[in-house]
Amino acid sequence: MRVGANVIWVALGVAGLAACVAVPFYGSGYAMSMAINLLMFATLATAWAMFSGPSGYVSLATVAFFGIGAYTVAVLGEALPWPVVLACAALFCALSALLVGLATLRLRGVYFVIFTFGLAELMRQVIIWYEANIGGSVGRYVFLDITQSQIVWQLTALVAGVFLTGWLISRSRLGRALRMIGDDETVAQHCGVNTTLVKLVVFAISAAFIGLVGAIVAPRWTYIDPNIAFNPVLSFQVLIMALLGGANRLHGPILGVIPMVLLFEYLSANFPNHFSILLGLTFMAIVYLVPKGIVGLTAKLGAARRPKPMPSTAPATGEEAAR
Amino acid sequence: MPIIDALLNGLTLGGMYALVAMGLTLQYGVARIMNLSYGQFMIAAAFATFWLFTSFSISPLLGLLIVTPLAFGISWLIYRVLLTPLVKRAKDDNALEVDSILATFGLLFVIEGVVLVMFGGNYFNYAYIDRVFMIFGTPMAADRLIALGFAVLIGAGLYAFLYHTRSGTAVRAVAVSPVSSRLVGINVETAAALTFALGGGLVAASGVLVSMFLTFNASMGVIFTLKALIVIIMGGVGNLPGCLLAGLILGMTESMVATFVSPGLTLAATFALFLLILIFRPNGLFGRA
Repeated sequence: MRVGANVIWVALGVAGLAACVAVPFYGSGYAMSMAINLLMFATLATAWAMFSGPSGYVSLATVAFFGIGAYTVAVLGEALPWPVVLACAALFCALSALLVGLATLRLRGVYFVIFTFGLAELMRQVIIWYEANIGGSVGRYVFLDITQSQIVWQLTALVAGVFLTGWLISRSRLGRALRMIGDDETVAQHCGVNTTLVKLVVFAISAAFIGLVGAIVAPRWTYIDPNIAFNPVLSFQVLIMALLGGANRLHGPILGVIPMVLLFEYLSANFPNHFSILLGLTFMAIVYLVPKGIVGLTAKLGAARRPKPMPSTAPATGEEAAR
Repeated sequence: MPIIDALLNGLTLGGMYALVAMGLTLQYGVARIMNLSYGQFMIAAAFATFWLFTSFSISPLLGLLIVTPLAFGISWLIYRVLLTPLVKRAKDDNALEVDSILATFGLLFVIEGVVLVMFGGNYFNYAYIDRVFMIFGTPMAADRLIALGFAVLIGAGLYAFLYHTRSGTAVRAVAVSPVSSRLVGINVETAAALTFALGGGLVAASGVLVSMFLTFNASMGVIFTLKALIVIIMGGVGNLPGCLLAGLILGMTESMVATFVSPGLTLAATFALFLLILIFRPNGLFGRA
């Protein structure tokens, strides 16, 4: 039963990737921009959930890493070959994640949340200060020979990469250790897990992917300034999608990405002034109504359809019994 | 003299941060709600005061008497309607923390969106009392001094309530241990709801006072939430004197950096301070290591 489900997921994934690769050949400009949006958010949400899902440490710094990636392209894009630029973006993000993590991940989860909550704003202000006092201008131009089609293909490769990495991590000691931390950090420590190291490594990998997305889509803008690159709404959107889909499973976030990208598209076209209110309300509805995401919901439905196990062996009621 | 200027500025700024953080230390320390939309409440109160003053010429000090009770009521409702379900479904403190972070993060965008729709994204300020005093040869705006005076009064009132009344003692008991509080006959749910509302009233009061001398816009809430969070961690969660000292340290640091380094780097200074605290005193200035 499980194996069958996995095969279906993998088949769906491969079909989706093939469709994305084909979009530039057959699709219109609108389809291209939709594909870019879908792929971008799919990578971001999956990368976010790679760390925050199993560990339970809510990172609000998505846009900080995304912006670092975009700025790497703006600064180094014309000076270095493209693959080197991408490598630099991933490296800078992983390093910043390590710094943030070293300061906060030794401690309780709240410190991490607070630090990441302010990180994007910090980056924004520091870059504005740097550009105004030392760089001499507020924004930068990104003139690179990279077409929309190339962006689509790069993002397709990246989304495949993030899924593969996520799958490998979830099956490794690292992933198991991270899930254990999410369940009970004290127990994990007592079992000999180096909790800080585990959190640091996965957080840095997740940040590197987020930074790569920022770097790959940067040429689309041609002009970036700190207010565009570090727009906090992005962190929020990614969080909504990952939670709607379900952050505890690898394929969860992408289930949230598809409906949400369509919804954002509809909202920003029809209610541009009320976008943030509607976004907030949608998010709160998700937190209250589907706390475990679509994945949790379908699992619940599946469990209801199957014959109920005997009460003595029913692990499903363990939660109520624990109270 | 720039140094006296910076000191006085840091003092008023610090007093303000301490006042802003006091409400959050109540909400987080007692009601156990990590309220990420905290700063938006403050900005909303500032805009309400602005609106009362410019449209009905109701003075900000009178506005204080209107906005604060209103915010108290709204916060109480928010706790009862929005947050109580989260408290009920949470298995432990950690689950509640994550849930409240997520829910209030959504609330943040709702409130900010409402303010943006009503007032737009521009910077606002108004002139209430256009007088300037001279202190040690440094000019000081009168409304800034009045705001500081009220901040001291409100802080003292809160201290008296928490440390010299029966209900205040109950609130502190819940902060220390909700489980044991129940054993001695304290209604924890009511105490938590009232404390959350009190925090909401306090943040609104600080929003009113801040609006008297600060230029504000709809998106500034995040920065105030962040600074309030840093202040309560520096001072120790639930510790009012710690809150005051930490607020003053933060205000002084920012003022010094703005005067002698660059005004664009104040947030960087705030983060540097936060980093130092995390590395050397993660349990707060007075916390045990």
